[in-house]
Amino acid sequence: MKEKTKNNKLNRREVLKKLGKYLPSAGLLWIASSKLALPAEENGKKHNYGMGVYIKRCIGCGRCANACKEENNVPRDPFFYRTWIERYAVNMDGEVSVQSPNGGIDGFSPMEATRTLLKSFFVPKLCNHCDNPPCVQVCPVGATFKSPEGVILVDEKYCIGCRYCIQACPYGARYFHPEKKVADKCTFCYHRITKGLRPACVEVCPTNARVFGDLHTLSSPLLRFKRMNDIHVLKPDLNTEPKVYYANMDGVVR
Amino acid sequence: MFNPLKIFKTIPEQIIRLLLIFAGVIAALIIARHLFIPASFGKLGHYRADALDEIKSLPVQYAGRDQCAECHEDKIAILNSSYHKGLSCEACHGPGVKHVAAGGDYELLMPVKREFCHKCHAFLEARPTGFPQIDTITHNPNKPCIKCHNPHNPTPPSPPSECGVCHRSIESMKSVSPHNSLQCTTCHAAPREHKLNPRKYLPSKPSAREFCGKCHTKNAVASKEIPRIDMDKHGNTYVCWECHYPHSPQAE
Amino acid sequence: MEKLIEQLYAASQQISGFIYPNEVELQWSILIVIYPYITGLVAGAFILASLVKVFNVKALSPTYRLALLTALAFLIVAPMPLQFHLGHMERSYEIFLTPHLKSAMAVFGFVYMWYLMVVLLLEIWFDYRKDLVEMANREKGLKKLLYMALSLFSRDISPKAIAFDKKAAKIITIIGIPSAFLLHGYVGFIFGSIKANPWWSSVLIPVVFLFSAIVSGIALVLILYMVITMFRGKKLDMLCLDRLADFLLYAVIVDFSLEMLDFIHRLYQSEDSIHIISELIKTKLFISLIIVQILLGIIVPVGMIVLVKFFKYQDELRRLVYFVAALLIQMGIFGTRWNVVIGGQLFSKSFRGLTAYKMELLGMEGLFVALGFLVLPFIILYLVTRVFSPWEEGQEQSIS
Repeated sequence: MKEKTKNNKLNRREVLKKLGKYLPSAGLLWIASSKLALPAEENGKKHNYGMGVYIKRCIGCGRCANACKEENNVPRDPFFYRTWIERYAVNMDGEVSVQSPNGGIDGFSPMEATRTLLKSFFVPKLCNHCDNPPCVQVCPVGATFKSPEGVILVDEKYCIGCRYCIQACPYGARYFHPEKKVADKCTFCYHRITKGLRPACVEVCPTNARVFGDLHTLSSPLLRFKRMNDIHVLKPDLNTEPKVYYANMDGVVR
Repeated sequence: MFNPLKIFKTIPEQIIRLLLIFAGVIAALIIARHLFIPASFGKLGHYRADALDEIKSLPVQYAGRDQCAECHEDKIAILNSSYHKGLSCEACHGPGVKHVAAGGDYELLMPVKREFCHKCHAFLEARPTGFPQIDTITHNPNKPCIKCHNPHNPTPPSPPSECGVCHRSIESMKSVSPHNSLQCTTCHAAPREHKLNPRKYLPSKPSAREFCGKCHTKNAVASKEIPRIDMDKHGNTYVCWECHYPHSPQAE
Repeated sequence: MEKLIEQLYAASQQISGFIYPNEVELQWSILIVIYPYITGLVAGAFILASLVKVFNVKALSPTYRLALLTALAFLIVAPMPLQFHLGHMERSYEIFLTPHLKSAMAVFGFVYMWYLMVVLLLEIWFDYRKDLVEMANREKGLKKLLYMALSLFSRDISPKAIAFDKKAAKIITIIGIPSAFLLHGYVGFIFGSIKANPWWSSVLIPVVFLFSAIVSGIALVLILYMVITMFRGKKLDMLCLDRLADFLLYAVIVDFSLEMLDFIHRLYQSEDSIHIISELIKTKLFISLIIVQILLGIIVPVGMIVLVKFFKYQDELRRLVYFVAALLIQMGIFGTRWNVVIGGQLFSKSFRGLTAYKMELLGMEGLFVALGFLVLPFIILYLVTRVFSPWEEGQEQSIS
């Protein structure tokens, strides 16, 4: 603490001089430390997984939804899905109708032939593994979390089954497992991707409509997907930062 | 000086009793935290780090095509040069991990019924144009698909006779429009190879208004029923198909 | 699980439009309607008690102890519907061990403990301590031990100690008012902070919850006061009843204004979800919202109370009107909770369809269990009043 001297002007000048000396270096130090303090992502060691979906390639065959239930032992009743397909039909006067019979697992039946159909297409849906996940935010005990690889997982031994996360998900991606009595959802087949395999849905897609990759690897198919296509995500206004990206998705899709 | 006993005497007895109870509750909570929180909790974030390993060790069901290639090289070779080259074996044959583990003794699905191939190839309006689709009722009814199409090399016995076989929704739309008597090839010149390698050899598309003018200008040498317009005035700054979808070109 | 699947098939028959495949099953059942209803009653009853203690509304003092004991009885029952709802009740202690503080729900355990121990129990203890010590001195044997334990083995009932008790109670009540707001407000925040659901996501929801809680608390104490007093054959304090009805009226008017504000704001802004929400209100929620919550729960009782206040009718008519109005209001507040919790889950997050709630009769989350949780607090209240009398000695007159 500087003592108050008679010559205040000189005092002020000294202070300013000192600030002029130390502030820039403090600033540089702060910038440097913030760069150094970045997590291992910058070093390329951590992954950040995501998925790309080509809307124009999906034929709505349902193999992905079926393979997911097989791979992850999801109950076969038509109320529990980790991934599913929706069919959109847009009319010439703007009316939209959407169906997802048994999540698309058994395929779709032909639509009523109509002259007013403008276009129709399929949209595969799954957990978006958001970077700012509202489901993780609301879990009261820490049973759902973001893994170091950016995959949102549920700890089925810790979940108390309050269902708050299911309410918080804007995409309907979560369900309550009827036997385990905990929240459940797509895991990007975490048990496969950590062994170098691809998620089951990506594996069986006949048209390669699903692209799985790592956002932190320069040579990842997902980065190419993002580079070469105009990307849409679901409900961007909610700021969940989803990591499932859609190419050529029409604006009627919710 | 600080005399604890004196201070103690001045505190009302209610407070002392209450403080004791609250101290007990808080102590119980602290002890519980030390005893019962799982050991791996908090190591990587606000969750049980052991859960990662538990999830990693869940059983795998789909083996992946590389595993199939280890024993079925011949089938994979045929597949790789066919129209089904992007198709995973397990998309049709089901999850294969048990088959691999049993050295081939565990039997996989062998789909033979028509309905199975229909899952991908039945005509659905929403399927992208150009994807090979058939009308399940009229396309060789009751015959199993595999009689004519080898699943690992499904090239049809003869190339598709009409454009509508793959471009079904365009065909169905055109067939109820004023352009229904027009052949596709009238406007789109398709090289012969297009039927065998559609993405490499693309058909042409008209690029100028004059093309439509061949039938639609006032003086065109064409049938009397065809609507005529004044090419210089009607929509002069646009190409025709910016307003008139060629496969359903009617204005109302 | 078979029963669940059967119910889900039945519910899927009543879907209109498109809902995400996982949305057929409603996640939060009637038990999650009961929980905010009960904590609302706790907060409301406590606010009523604070009107006496902090704001010195002397006319309401006959209901002071009753309000506190009612709050206690309902607070004891409050965590039970939550426990029954959990998929893994046996893991519920995790909320105390590893609370995820970003989640409003994690706060529950601590807010509950705080309110129970630091606010309610302490206030009741300070108010009753003198009586407990006196009864400990009077009684013998097991009862003596009980009263000694309840008074925490304190013995000092000198005027100084009693003055300290009164002061302490006042301080606790002052702390208790924001604590009561927190106890019920966080429930509103649990809903209000869900951006995924536009029916819930609103800044107003915690405030509306709070005011409807105050309404239901005052109405409940009014009903209980009338019923218990008449059972005991004592005379009703009309001044107290009139003041209770006054505060009830004010609270209802504020609550209704807030609800109308939310409604008008929604219509005016006309956001993405307005179409499906309009359909929801016109079809699935017509009876529970328009008829039960608004017409029968607010407009009719307010009309009744205002009429009676304006025209100054005799005591018997006023008593009847207050009683019926309070009952209707209670029903309306329950309807409010239903409309928020169940209503918010009846429309799809795709904003393209509606589903149905099939409430089971038996089972852990069934109607009978829900009714049980509504009846249980009254039983507990009865038992508590056997130990802690709600009435000061010589406070009322008997009916002659």
